[in-house]
Amino acid sequence: MNRTTLDLWVVDDEPAMCLGVRRTLDGFSAPYEDLDEAVDFRVTALESGEACLDRLGQQAPPQILLLDGKLPGVDGIDVLRQIGERRLAITTVMITAYATLENAVKATKLGAFDFLAKPFTPAELRHTVRKASREIILTRRARRLEEEKRQVRFEFLSVLAHELKAPLGAVEGYVDMLRSGTAPVDALTRMEGRIQGMRKLITDLLDLTAIESGRRRRNLEPVDPAEVAAQVAAAQAPTAGAAGVTVRVAGAPGVLEADRGELEILLGNLISNAIKYNVRGGEVRVELAGEADGVAIRVADTGIGIAPADQARLFTEFARIKNSRTRGIEGSGLGLSIVSRIAALYGGKVGLASEEGKGSTFTVTLPRQAKPA
Amino acid sequence: MNSQTKKALVVDDDEDFVIQQKAALERLGYAVTEAHSRAEALERLEEGRPDLAVIDLMMEEKDGGFVLAHQIKRKYPETPVIMVTAVTGATGLQFAVDDQRQHRWVKADAILAKPVRFEQLQREVERLTK
Repeated sequence: MNRTTLDLWVVDDEPAMCLGVRRTLDGFSAPYEDLDEAVDFRVTALESGEACLDRLGQQAPPQILLLDGKLPGVDGIDVLRQIGERRLAITTVMITAYATLENAVKATKLGAFDFLAKPFTPAELRHTVRKASREIILTRRARRLEEEKRQVRFEFLSVLAHELKAPLGAVEGYVDMLRSGTAPVDALTRMEGRIQGMRKLITDLLDLTAIESGRRRRNLEPVDPAEVAAQVAAAQAPTAGAAGVTVRVAGAPGVLEADRGELEILLGNLISNAIKYNVRGGEVRVELAGEADGVAIRVADTGIGIAPADQARLFTEFARIKNSRTRGIEGSGLGLSIVSRIAALYGGKVGLASEEGKGSTFTVTLPRQAKPA
Repeated sequence: MNSQTKKALVVDDDEDFVIQQKAALERLGYAVTEAHSRAEALERLEEGRPDLAVIDLMMEEKDGGFVLAHQIKRKYPETPVIMVTAVTGATGLQFAVDDQRQHRWVKADAILAKPVRFEQLQREVERLTK
């Protein structure tokens, strides 16, 4: 269990009240089983509103403030107002002897989190403080999650920008060479290759965005995956031919409920990978089988395989495995990420078995009945 | 090729960039050895001291170029290193080597942004091999 220590200040002009709070919370630990977190408190007692404001100006504010509403001089409501004006993130609990509705409304408007009516028992105090610290932990977690999401997005965009700049730079370089008459004979072919790479990246990016946003209009209907596989294989026959790779499709698993376009994208990515990362004279076997939990789509190649260390990160965006064997193979780095997202859309599974130098087999299992979006 | 020919090492995992830099350096009179990874570059370095090295910042490891620049400078302190990069401010990495403080940890004598124009490369090469 994680342990967090929160600073808690109690502001009350009655010394007995401050002492009572300190005694009750000293050594008190609030465990939150569901959050896997326990909170301890560091208590500071202050005898006036002025002392509280002074201290707020001098040091880091506490996370929790127990504030007496009725203080001589600067009273609780003034302190609360000041906290609001200084935009301090403090969870404030008002302590009040006369819990009138009017006071409650006023304090709540000023951002108070809760109330504790005098006199209260140690159990009541602990209960209230527990509630407040739970709120703090949840807020912190939400903020951290938001920050992580922003970070992931930033990294995605940075890598994407780099992935687009690299081919663009290569093309510009050849343009320069053509202009000065120093280009190699295959410059145009090489430029075309990089331009196609960019186009593929943009297409994949649009696929990924459409799937992720859920905005894509899905047309769920009975589809025969064997027929889709045969069609995709036929479309990629020229690429396979050029690479010297044979593609075979086998199996009659019967229909499943799916969006034909999504199935085409899924099979297209798996088959094109199996061709790209293959060896000349190699083979791609697409096997479709009806299984207990749905339809298994297996795409096996006799290619270069994937090292165990690389397998885990394979499905994340832009996780292209770079080594001497993959050099010169073009790819957007988004294909498998798209495959796993489509599979997830159906409540399906993606599996991988691979051995370096022997080949890889990707298995996607989709349920017969598509999960309603 | 006679022994007077100057040697250059070009390191980049982008095949096209290697082709382009190689052609440019050949125009400048260099005999070019290529490498596509840091490991390959280290092997080439064992074979002898290049008179110039042009290396990419981002190879398979994210800061592979930095590490390689250090390795080249340790082995051959006299070899000028030109680092090329497609990295911009957007990734939070922004640097120049004219700044003394940065020069201490970026072991490159010049940093050029991709795409590198011939004239640009020529200028840097002439400056560094004067």
